[in-house]
Amino acid sequence: MNAISPTPTPIGPPPPAADFERDRGGPAQPLLIARDLRKHFKVQGGSAAFVRAVDGISFTLFKGETLGIVGESGCGKSTLARLLLHLLRPDSGELVFDGDTVAEMRGITVNALRRQVQMVFQDSYSSLNPRMPVQDTVAFGPYVHGKSKADSRAVARSILSRVGLDPDLFGPRYPHELSGGQKQRVNIARALAIEPRMVILDEAVSALDKSVEAQVLNLLRALKADFNLTYLFISHDLNVVQYISDRVLVMYLGAVVELGPVDGIFSRPLHPYTRALLGSRPSMNPKQRIEEPPITGDPPSPINPPSGCRFRTRCPFAEPVCEARIPELGAWTDRASHVAACHMQVPGSGHSQALGHG
Amino acid sequence: MADMDGSFHAVPSNLVEVENLTVRFVTREATVHAVNGVTFNVQPGEVLCILGESGSGKSVTLRALMRLLPPRRAKISGLIKVDGQDVLSLDGAGLRRLRGGLVSMIFQEPMTALDPVYTIGKQITETIIRHKGGGHATARARALDLLELVKIPSAARRLDNYPHELSGGLRQRAMIAMALSCGPRLLLADEPTTALDATVQIQVLILLRKLQKELGMGTIFVTHDLGVASEIADRIAVMYAGRIVEEGPVADVLANPLHPYTRGLLASTVHGQSRDHDIDAIPGSPPDLRRLPTGCAFAPRCAQVSRECRAGVPEERRPVVNRMARCVRVPAMAGTMAAQV
Repeated sequence: MNAISPTPTPIGPPPPAADFERDRGGPAQPLLIARDLRKHFKVQGGSAAFVRAVDGISFTLFKGETLGIVGESGCGKSTLARLLLHLLRPDSGELVFDGDTVAEMRGITVNALRRQVQMVFQDSYSSLNPRMPVQDTVAFGPYVHGKSKADSRAVARSILSRVGLDPDLFGPRYPHELSGGQKQRVNIARALAIEPRMVILDEAVSALDKSVEAQVLNLLRALKADFNLTYLFISHDLNVVQYISDRVLVMYLGAVVELGPVDGIFSRPLHPYTRALLGSRPSMNPKQRIEEPPITGDPPSPINPPSGCRFRTRCPFAEPVCEARIPELGAWTDRASHVAACHMQVPGSGHSQALGHG
Repeated sequence: MADMDGSFHAVPSNLVEVENLTVRFVTREATVHAVNGVTFNVQPGEVLCILGESGSGKSVTLRALMRLLPPRRAKISGLIKVDGQDVLSLDGAGLRRLRGGLVSMIFQEPMTALDPVYTIGKQITETIIRHKGGGHATARARALDLLELVKIPSAARRLDNYPHELSGGLRQRAMIAMALSCGPRLLLADEPTTALDATVQIQVLILLRKLQKELGMGTIFVTHDLGVASEIADRIAVMYAGRIVEEGPVADVLANPLHPYTRGLLASTVHGQSRDHDIDAIPGSPPDLRRLPTGCAFAPRCAQVSRECRAGVPEERRPVVNRMARCVRVPAMAGTMAAQV
């Protein structure tokens, strides 16, 4: 591998890795490993074109952390979330949950995966059954996973009160009788009712008003500590991701462009796209307004993404090498690794501004 | 007496005057009190941002300015004057002249606001011919100029595109071009950047700011996003439960908010807070507009609530020139305000 050579750590070799990572359990075992996940959708109407929604994504989710995933619409972040739960079947690639491969021989089944991984969606109304009182919605998960009706109801009541909803007052209500923030609390309760180890939050606070968003973010942080959860937090809001994440993964057109600890990403972004995203945030200071947009144009269509580096059509540093070769995400080893898929990060890549050049 | 300082020299040049605007939606089951006595002015060339959460009445206020609310169900009272015209007394022909001519509007979702079966060029030329008259060729030339003005690349080709052939950012630019086509004196913008991606949002914001300055339009910009408001506003009006609870120049309001709701909104907006602490969220949720509490509508969520708050709706108080807040804790007279609360 010609990437930046990371300082060797005692933890082990880079991820496309050896069998010891599949050992079950132990704090050092990542909770979830995704390897080279791919999902292409055929464009309807008889053409041979494919939407390359997720195009070879690998990452590792460590136990107890919050990994934030950011990117613009069409970058594949929601498709990725659905692949992780097998709500969509990946075209290729591998998922390893706590040492067990998912939906493969000698691995765990998709059902067993879903008992440990739950998801909260953006639209709090359409993800609840409109004909069911919310306490029954929350109790449904434990019930189908084998608890008795009475036990499931008791679980639902305790988890509803844990997310800040009085079970006597709100439990018998139907979704349309709740506000957006309350509905999202119910969705969180529903996800937690079967005691998962990991929760995928797909734009879970994006539709909420700011004052309610803050309440739900505080709740999510408290629940994470109480239930010892691991979060995958998907959002387009960089400020929220900065607040809640331990590590951040930046996506662009179906690929990972940068991955690293939250402070590294926000204070020393390596990839030009990450820098543009950060620079596009409104200043919050009317006396220091942004005068020039960091990049121009819209994200291109994922149907026929540009060759080589996908960001090159909007990148101010694009050179011939960016068109010719796809930049590799550098090798990463542990939670502290900070890597970017950019030719400028690779000495000798042929880019005039590559590290160590000249 | 109370607004002697603020509006005395402003009166002759007001582009928009709204006084005690009230909008109720009446259905068989209930009456929704969407806007409850809103008063504000906009000067020519000024950008007023109406900031509020969902259900605060900001979009309803904006639509009332153009009479876009359903006429049977929406009961509007109060006074709306745009460029001296009494909007609430206009008839059909008068409204058609007003809409798109004197006043035009940009919506949040360009895909639903543009007509999907006509090309961009056709929609813009139709607007121009309808309002300004003239031939098709001149109108089309003007449409091309407009697409170039809003920085749509290869504008000549884009004229013959249908809305679905454009990306989200280009669609919103096309909508801005259409809104500007007849040289409106007042531009209304309802969350025009909310549906856009971050890197596109800032491009559209900068474009709007530039065009607004060059063309000298008065602008009312509705948003829920403090960051967007700080990028574009001259003045901010913060709405809560159908009332303006605070108003003032953007830098002053953001740096030194007077109303507890504005302070809460600033504190609960995630922006570089320390990750070791909880965010100072406002507890509770906004009131039900069918059953508004008596007195200050924010009282049930306010940490500093007193008996006085529940007695009646707080009057407008103007402790400093150009600032207004509806809170009993804000000193009533100019000059008495010492260091901020």
